[in-house]
Amino acid sequence: MAVAYTPGLRVTSDTLIRRLRRLPIKGQVLVGAGQTVTADQVVARAEMPGILHTVRATQMLHIEPQELAPALLKQPGEAVQAGEVIAETKGLLGLFRSQLRSPVSGTIEEGSAVSGHVRIRERPRAVDLPAYIAGTVAEVIEGEGAEIEARGALVQGIFGVGGERWGVLRVVADKPDQALRAEALGKCEGCVIVGGAGADGRAIRAAAEAGAAGLVVGAVTDEALREYLGYEIGVAITGQEQVPMTLILTEGFGELAMAGRTWELLTSLNGRLASINGTTQIRAGVIRPEIVVTRQGASGDEAAAEPEQVLAVGSRVRVIREPNFGALGRVTALPVELMEIETESKVRVAMVELDGGSEVRVPRANVEVIQE
Amino acid sequence: MQDATRIVATDCGSTTTKAILIERRDGEYRLSGRGEAPTTVEAPFDDVTVGVLNAVGELEELTGERFIERHPESRTPPPSPSPYTERGDLSKEARPGPRVSDVDLYLSTSSAGGGLQMLVTGVVKTMTAESAQRAALGAGAIVIDVIAVDDGRADYERIARIRSIRPDMILMSGGTEGGTVQHLLDTAELLVAADPRPRLGEAFRLPVIYAGNSAATDGVRQVLGDRVDLIVEENLRPQLEAENLGPARDAIHRLFLEHVMAQAPGYDKLLTWTSAPVMSTPRAVGEMVQLAAREEGVDVLAVDIGGATTDVFSVFGGQFNRTVSANLGLSYSVGNVLVEATTANIRRWVAAPVDEAALRNRLRNKMIRPTTIPQTVEDLLIEQAVAREAMRLALLHHGALASGLKGVQQARTMADLFTQASAGGTLVDMMSLGLIIGSGGVLSHAPRRQQAALMLIDAFEPQGVTRLAVDSIFMMPQLGVLSSVLPEVAMEVFQRDCLVPLGTVIAPVGRAREGEVILDWRIGGESGQLRAGELKRLPLMMGKGDSASRPYVEAELAPVRGLDVGAGKGRRWTGTVQGGAAGVILDGRGRPLTLPADEQERLRKLDEWMRTVGAMPGGPG
Repeated sequence: MAVAYTPGLRVTSDTLIRRLRRLPIKGQVLVGAGQTVTADQVVARAEMPGILHTVRATQMLHIEPQELAPALLKQPGEAVQAGEVIAETKGLLGLFRSQLRSPVSGTIEEGSAVSGHVRIRERPRAVDLPAYIAGTVAEVIEGEGAEIEARGALVQGIFGVGGERWGVLRVVADKPDQALRAEALGKCEGCVIVGGAGADGRAIRAAAEAGAAGLVVGAVTDEALREYLGYEIGVAITGQEQVPMTLILTEGFGELAMAGRTWELLTSLNGRLASINGTTQIRAGVIRPEIVVTRQGASGDEAAAEPEQVLAVGSRVRVIREPNFGALGRVTALPVELMEIETESKVRVAMVELDGGSEVRVPRANVEVIQE
Repeated sequence: MQDATRIVATDCGSTTTKAILIERRDGEYRLSGRGEAPTTVEAPFDDVTVGVLNAVGELEELTGERFIERHPESRTPPPSPSPYTERGDLSKEARPGPRVSDVDLYLSTSSAGGGLQMLVTGVVKTMTAESAQRAALGAGAIVIDVIAVDDGRADYERIARIRSIRPDMILMSGGTEGGTVQHLLDTAELLVAADPRPRLGEAFRLPVIYAGNSAATDGVRQVLGDRVDLIVEENLRPQLEAENLGPARDAIHRLFLEHVMAQAPGYDKLLTWTSAPVMSTPRAVGEMVQLAAREEGVDVLAVDIGGATTDVFSVFGGQFNRTVSANLGLSYSVGNVLVEATTANIRRWVAAPVDEAALRNRLRNKMIRPTTIPQTVEDLLIEQAVAREAMRLALLHHGALASGLKGVQQARTMADLFTQASAGGTLVDMMSLGLIIGSGGVLSHAPRRQQAALMLIDAFEPQGVTRLAVDSIFMMPQLGVLSSVLPEVAMEVFQRDCLVPLGTVIAPVGRAREGEVILDWRIGGESGQLRAGELKRLPLMMGKGDSASRPYVEAELAPVRGLDVGAGKGRRWTGTVQGGAAGVILDGRGRPLTLPADEQERLRKLDEWMRTVGAMPGGPG
């Protein structure tokens, strides 16, 4: 028995889902433990400090830093308007006074006698933190946020762009290996669209322009992604993109059919409210994009522990690299000794009988176990 | 310590903890075992020593002996904050008795938990800020940002940036002695406004090393107050003409142990186990590279290409430099190589007809499933093409930072007017370079050693006569920390067991027409001519199965007029060259290396070169 190197993605119709909702800075929690919340309900609020502006006061007033304090007309903590005089020199016999005006509206934060700078902070900006998933408040973290809990379906994708959104799930493809066409979209404002194998640049653009909240497909080409984003992704850390619609890929890049199990689960959830998040991080502390569909009023029970993804003879697997990328099969043998592959590398392999009937030798690093 | 007969050393990496056992037998120090286990610095273990015990446990299984006493006492937390004295020795009170028993020395390096992440600040980007960057990188840190007066950002942008990153420590520099004070105070106020938090240990004050103009020290202290843990060191750039990086580097290393390591899960225990201070992994590699350059008396370039980053270390003219290309790597960062290098530059190295769109999709799939390995020859060629470009770009980054001091006024002579020589030029000189060391899976575990040799040659384009080697199992970190205690032993094991000699590349430099004779060579008992555009290989192998046997043979190289092979244009070079797994490679392809524009001709040439060197899978070795 060996543990799979590449963990399979979770695709489950019923699990306990907990999502921690945490403010970026301390603020106010608006919900209580045990309270039922909807996905769009604000659970916590904070005021992000405004932008801090530095005004080189002593340089502009032609005075020394230690002369700043008596020249200040506004003290730390006082509000100022853009253009308002905030400091003034006495001048010579009351004449030739120099004045300093605030470049922005905000609050004086500091007038430094060391550097001679005045710092003005713009007004704070309110940050509302939604629940993201419909469920029950399991725990409140005072001043920071809350943990929302629910039972429901969870589908993890392999890669995504765009942050948290929610909408009604609408399956628009007929089968998992069918590519999404722009013409098939129909009315999809606010929906989370589920395509099949993939979508070209035109279909992605059409979905975004029609106001869809999200698009879930098996794969897109690198070119289509570049076209959608308007730039190329460098490091695989996503979620902050300024895109009108969240895009989630369940399989990868190229032309790949959506895995049967993922397709079946998503089609069974057609018409339900889904919360989606394209955030992906492929490094230490892996984060995969997700589609969550919770069940109302169902929460509480602990989820059964996830079975460890063990690669064993008989395991159902998917090949995740060329050749046979995307092919499904079953492990027939796990030879102990290192075996040579086409590149002449000697590696640990799995013998896999593909669904078509042929048996292939695949490096163990190139298969992922599929939960059955 | 001088009588140590058994040494265990571990390197706690981000994903794997690697242990090696070095033993003295018949008067020689040799590597006698290695083990590895997943690093356990993150949940659910939250204790780095679990991985250390597991890795050393593999050594125990291998040798049938026990090195670690796994008794409950070993769980006792050590005295805080640091078990080390100011000199860096383990204090007597802290010595808890042998945790790692039956070995004479136990040493460790660490880059777990993302290594040492630093923010550096300076006044002028290309002067003091660059010196600060060199100090931090040389101390083994990852520099996550450089704040300078002329960095093109507004104050609020700098504040937002400082807030968003959570460095382990900050190095503040700027102002030569007698220079600016105001800019240092401005930077201190920026830090106060941003109120940065340390990455580890919420309750701890962020360490800030001040190594700027001493005249600004009091003002900076006044502004920063007790908001941070301020450590004042000597100015790292006291004059425009001179750097003084040592004190700042030592302070970084000390704080790495006292603050960063002490906060990381399980390190409090690990620090009491080791016989010498734990070193950051890149610093340890740097120590080893410097030792190798000193001992061998050559300029050295070392590259470590990983999944996320590529580190380059160099010693040119005795001056050490290190750079980290944080987003150039073969798995997590492969997308960034694609962006920085462009598809065309990656594709040009692939000796197989591969469609550009398909190539991009394949690399994106590697990015999202980083642990997969190439199974087809075409996939292997693509991966090795990406490695060439990542290393080429990393060397460009390195060349820009490994430079003379910028901003220095020089007395110019008439000759300078013609050579365009300027202050701040790169120290990287591929002609003076004597040894290239490669490490990282794509090089160390290439199916054929010849492939590693060709990747290094194509990426770095060495000139003249240059030895090539790979680090067999990436044990330079462990040997680097060992060199701080027993340098001779570290060097002995480095030469015998760590380095796998690939051979030597001989590359004449100068203008020549394709097909022209450019070099008459005599190597060992053989002789011949090298033509422009040609690649030749003389199989000059090592003694079978014994890396200690390293044949050096006499060589006489006579370039034609106008070409240089190390002794000057048209001048004869005589000396010894080393063989290895790839032998001696005579590279007449010219510098800079250009590939044919015609697609078919390019494929034909690449195939020919790979087969000549014995690097093509399925082809002759």
